[in-house]
Amino acid sequence: MNPVIRIAAVASAARFGAYRELVMEAPEIAKDARPGQFLNICVQPGGAHLLRRPFSIARADRTAGTVSVVFDPVGLGTQWLAAREAGDTVDLVGPLGHGFDVASDPGVDLLVGGGYGTAALSFLAAELDARGGEVHAIIGARSRSRLYEDNVLDETCASIAVMTDDGSAGMQGLVTDPMPEMIKRFSPRVVYACGPMPMLRATAAVASELGVPSQIAVEEFMACGIGVCWTCVLPVRTNGSLKHQRSCTEGPVFEGEAIAWA
Amino acid sequence: MGVDLSVSLGGARLANPVVTASGCFGSGKEMSRFVDLHSLGAIVCKTVTPEPRLGISPPRGAETASGMLNAIGLQNPGVEAFRENDLSWLAEREVPAIASVGGHSVAEYVRCVEVLRGSTGLIAIELNLSCPNLEDRGFMFALSAERTAEVVAAARAASDVPIFTKLSPDVTDLVAIAEAAAAAGTDGLSLINTTLGMAIDTRTFRAKLSTGTGGLSGPAIKPIAVRCVWQVHRALPHVPIIGMGGIAGVDDAIEMILAGATAIAIGTANFYEPAVSEQIARGIADFCELRGITSLDEIRGQVKEEG
Repeated sequence: MNPVIRIAAVASAARFGAYRELVMEAPEIAKDARPGQFLNICVQPGGAHLLRRPFSIARADRTAGTVSVVFDPVGLGTQWLAAREAGDTVDLVGPLGHGFDVASDPGVDLLVGGGYGTAALSFLAAELDARGGEVHAIIGARSRSRLYEDNVLDETCASIAVMTDDGSAGMQGLVTDPMPEMIKRFSPRVVYACGPMPMLRATAAVASELGVPSQIAVEEFMACGIGVCWTCVLPVRTNGSLKHQRSCTEGPVFEGEAIAWA
Repeated sequence: MGVDLSVSLGGARLANPVVTASGCFGSGKEMSRFVDLHSLGAIVCKTVTPEPRLGISPPRGAETASGMLNAIGLQNPGVEAFRENDLSWLAEREVPAIASVGGHSVAEYVRCVEVLRGSTGLIAIELNLSCPNLEDRGFMFALSAERTAEVVAAARAASDVPIFTKLSPDVTDLVAIAEAAAAAGTDGLSLINTTLGMAIDTRTFRAKLSTGTGGLSGPAIKPIAVRCVWQVHRALPHVPIIGMGGIAGVDDAIEMILAGATAIAIGTANFYEPAVSEQIARGIADFCELRGITSLDEIRGQVKEEG
């Protein structure tokens, strides 16, 4: 399943609180895309910001031939993307990267998502559910408007704990607060996480303390996203020694235990 | 009408003048998902050193206007692993390869060249004398004509393929250094490497790269590259030059050839347009056909110099 370069029409654009969702027509990407993989998107055609930006795939609909991304329009690139409307085109490269590893047999798993990172976990939840698994989730954000929750999560998760920094939705606190109790109660095989780096670091640490393997989808600056620039590396323990591995190729999903957090 | 795009690089014959800039194309494996490697003149591989290198800590890259900064610290698996895994992969596919070698001392360059001797499919070696990101930054060969000449002479003596010497634009007299490389026996020159730059995050007051400074690349540096190629070609018209620095389209490639380049290398553009190298290779043929050019010799260095 090689990645492709594709000029994709925007099928729909929507708001999700502070976030935006863009659904794009790219059948050959939708066909192969796996949870945890990403698209590298040109965000300023003809402009001075040449580098593509990586976006986690939030959904791949094989039937409709669409892929979607969810993002926070905070920077120049994401703001350009947020201005796209149905019928506009977007230049994509994907699907890229090593996504989440999913066991083929059904089991209990825990998802931990922060901010718009939860969208990629929704894609994963659908896949785990389709395999007959039991999925629990902890989703968090700074506040209600920055919390990502969708129908797929609601329908596929056996339980969802909601945490916000300011208590404007769910419980006040961090996503790591309910982790020990949920791990004790459900004995998940794997903790899957996606979100901002400090949250990922804390999530990996709690999972590790409690002896549960974690799979962490990291977010790093990438110049190329296709494995040749070596800017997006993280120090990762590999066969006993520390190596700089590429977030775009060996990642973006790494074992939480293996990452040598800065 | 047939267009002959083949070029000679100091004895190495390339089917067309488009190659890849070292460090911007890996050794072709990843890029072969997007590009027919046989459409290019050669693959210039990422720089290797005698021993494997871990490279520097992230953050290693930052975007700037029409370009980017990088500081990788020559992360590489070592020249032996490169020969076994990368060069052989290209050789199996009959894709011509140019290795890029680096080192901390003349002996380290020679060591790399020796390991590469006799490698199938290796058509030339490029000496990376100008990487500005290494920890021992006082030791940049390309800053000095004498040190450049030392490495070139030693590598030339050890090599069984043409030697290309890659120089830095961050010098007061590039022509003097190019002349020293030529006098020491280099078969050609690669111009230019990145130029040293810096960017600072105004929110955190931190440099955007972990090393503080890094190499600036992309279209932002193209005029510097064209100038360097032009200056050196005028001084050394018989030394073949691989011109590079910000080439992102056919026009850029033609511009570089008009300045005096024999071949051109695509670097940073591969990052954001993964198929661009093949597009440029095909585009040059179209350009020539349209203009009735039968060989690039007709336009090389043909910039009109009177106002």
